Amino acid sequence: MKLVLSEEEQFLKDTAKNFADERSPISHFRSLRDNNDPKLWDKDIWSEMVKLGWPGILIPEEFGGSNFGVTGIGVILQECAKTLTPSPLFATGVLGAYAITQFGNDDQKSNYLPKIVSGEITTALAIDETSHHEPSKTEMTAKKNDSNFILNGKKIFVIDGASADILIVLARTSGVIGDSTGLSLFILNSDTSGIETKKLDMADSRNYANISFNEVIIDESSLLGDLETAGETVESILDIGRIAMSAEMLGNAESAFEITLDYLKQRKQFGALIGSFQALQHRAAEMFCEIELTKSSVMAAMRAADENSNELQRLSSLSKTMAGETLHLVSNEAIQMHGGIGVTDEYDIGFFLKRARVAEQIFGSAKYHTERYANLSGF
Amino acid sequence: MILNNPNINNMSNLDKFRQETKEWLDKNCPPSMRSGADPKIPVDEVWGGRNAEYKNPESKLWLDRMGEKGWTMPTVPKEYGGGGLTKEEVKVLNEELFGIGAKQPLLSFGIWMLAPVLLEYGSEEQKKEHIPKIIKGEIRWCQGYSEPGSGSDLASLATKAEDIGEKFLVNGQKVWTSYADKADWIFALVRTGPKEPKHDGISFLLIDMATKGVSTKPITLISGKSPFCETFFDNVEVPKENLIGELNAGWTIAKKLLQHERAFISNFGLAAGMGSKRDVVSIAKKHLGEENGKIKNNFYRSEISSHKIKEHAFGLTLKRAGDEGGKASATASMFKLYGTEHNKKRHELMVAASGINGVAWDGDEFDDDDKNLTRAWLRTKGNSIEGGTSEVQLNVISKRVLGLPSQ
Repeated sequence: MKLVLSEEEQFLKDTAKNFADERSPISHFRSLRDNNDPKLWDKDIWSEMVKLGWPGILIPEEFGGSNFGVTGIGVILQECAKTLTPSPLFATGVLGAYAITQFGNDDQKSNYLPKIVSGEITTALAIDETSHHEPSKTEMTAKKNDSNFILNGKKIFVIDGASADILIVLARTSGVIGDSTGLSLFILNSDTSGIETKKLDMADSRNYANISFNEVIIDESSLLGDLETAGETVESILDIGRIAMSAEMLGNAESAFEITLDYLKQRKQFGALIGSFQALQHRAAEMFCEIELTKSSVMAAMRAADENSNELQRLSSLSKTMAGETLHLVSNEAIQMHGGIGVTDEYDIGFFLKRARVAEQIFGSAKYHTERYANLSGF
Repeated sequence: MILNNPNINNMSNLDKFRQETKEWLDKNCPPSMRSGADPKIPVDEVWGGRNAEYKNPESKLWLDRMGEKGWTMPTVPKEYGGGGLTKEEVKVLNEELFGIGAKQPLLSFGIWMLAPVLLEYGSEEQKKEHIPKIIKGEIRWCQGYSEPGSGSDLASLATKAEDIGEKFLVNGQKVWTSYADKADWIFALVRTGPKEPKHDGISFLLIDMATKGVSTKPITLISGKSPFCETFFDNVEVPKENLIGELNAGWTIAKKLLQHERAFISNFGLAAGMGSKRDVVSIAKKHLGEENGKIKNNFYRSEISSHKIKEHAFGLTLKRAGDEGGKASATASMFKLYGTEHNKKRHELMVAASGINGVAWDGDEFDDDDKNLTRAWLRTKGNSIEGGTSEVQLNVISKRVLGLPSQ
């Protein structure tokens, strides 16, 4: 497992960096937010990403993808996160693409994957039902009725849920809340009768929804993966999601840190650049170290995903913890080091703080993953 | 055609080397120097030198055989007594040594710090004179850097070396000289240009500790142990051929050596954490209890898991630095800072998880593991001071890596 990028991966990263700088600087995100854009991502930006082939990176070539791996899409997400680029790439290109590629049957793959590659559909993964991520706490039910399933329940904090065409939903086909067995995954159109979607306004101004399922009848062909295996399959999808989200959060942290460093080199007080004060220098140096450790963790996790290593779960929890704690630290320090301007809406640095706290919650906080790491390690 | 493929030739050469190494180790590595040795045989910490004493004669035999091969510094060219091996061969050698659980034949500041800078800055005569003796463990070296008035501000050092014709006349005092009372020679920073700006008046000098006027006095630390000394120079005459590099150009060499030292200290902290039998998880299970294979106390368990996560991430960062080709001296500062702070934290956790056993001092009421932990914990307090304090490392990172301005 080499912890350096290949030439091709570096090329993807450079392409993404140019794209983010030129096509979606932070002002792009700001204007979506200010205009109360209902999707909170831009159709034209997304079509350009589609043209670059990004939604197909985790999809096999036979379905039109490039099968370029988690490291490939990870570095793209990392670069796009530096300018807070909002897009369906995470929910569709990572979660949807991976779930269907890994666990879909032939029909599902040939139905959905080419449409993800072409940008025709976007997807959302609906897991959480409570304020804290905990897949085993699934209460939503899917009752078998002849050749149908009937879905009842409510999913919350569904990423891109306010705009997705296709939903992948975790529901209980047997057992009770708290069991990690008896869970199954379903894939269905978001406009199926009985589904009610309510946009969820979060601090980071991204696309989320709470989705209610009221007697939603779906055909048994909507089952994604084998019946009652979702306790495991969903963890595998989530681990890829956690690693990809860690890459994004690393990008957020790197960018907030860079903006702050620039500020330290420009702002003068007491007749000196504030970056010459040791009280700030040492904290900046500590942030540098934490970011370096996070880079290594994310890199190792992306590699583990691509090599299907048996360390994958532990490295996923490692990278989500490191990314969570580092971004937490950097987003707080970034505000403090900016002083008064840091708490104004007009200045961009506050966006990173708000994004940080939401991203920290996605698929498990640092606390959740510290506990999971302990369980996986036998502490 | 296939025989002309250089890779295949290379492979078979490496295979051949592996085979020869296996056979050599089989014949030459004494039984008590391998894993599975009789625990009743006393274990030496081998530092070599003129006055070395061995509880187990096989320690000496193992050192002599490895030293003769040059395998205590396997990449150093043969003309200086090294093994003359390629990187790939060293990897094979290490794998074979690891495979039989071979004990490290020699611990040496000469190997870790001095020899690398001698190779870079020493004259041909100096290399031929000193490196073979380091490799064979014949001469034990110590480091004369810090002084009572020059700790973090090392470049203000005052030990002076005056030109008296054929020789330098050295007067002054060094402090924190590790094992000076046991060392044969010292590599020291001395002031040769009293009128020059402070960084430009320092020279790098080798001094035989047996010379008249050199004396040492051990310092007892909070751990109760005395690994450090004060070293005094009173009209010590040193031949001019012992000057390394140009006169007054010692600071560059000193900094280079510090990088080797920092890399060593940070790796050492980590290796100690990962390899040692003193593991925070097993200590916590021993003293706090275990339930379903888990540390019974959740507050400690979560703190320990956080710590282990950082350790894992740090290990991956060392690996990444290696994969990237180990560039940049500033990362040495990061590793020194993080490695030592982490090691301190690890010991604090072990002490806390041990309860009162973690602060055991002496007597029969506590077992050796507990008592040794207390001493080890106290020793770690020096980790973030020696070789440049954590604060100095933070300064280096903020100025050299982050480009933050000076005041």
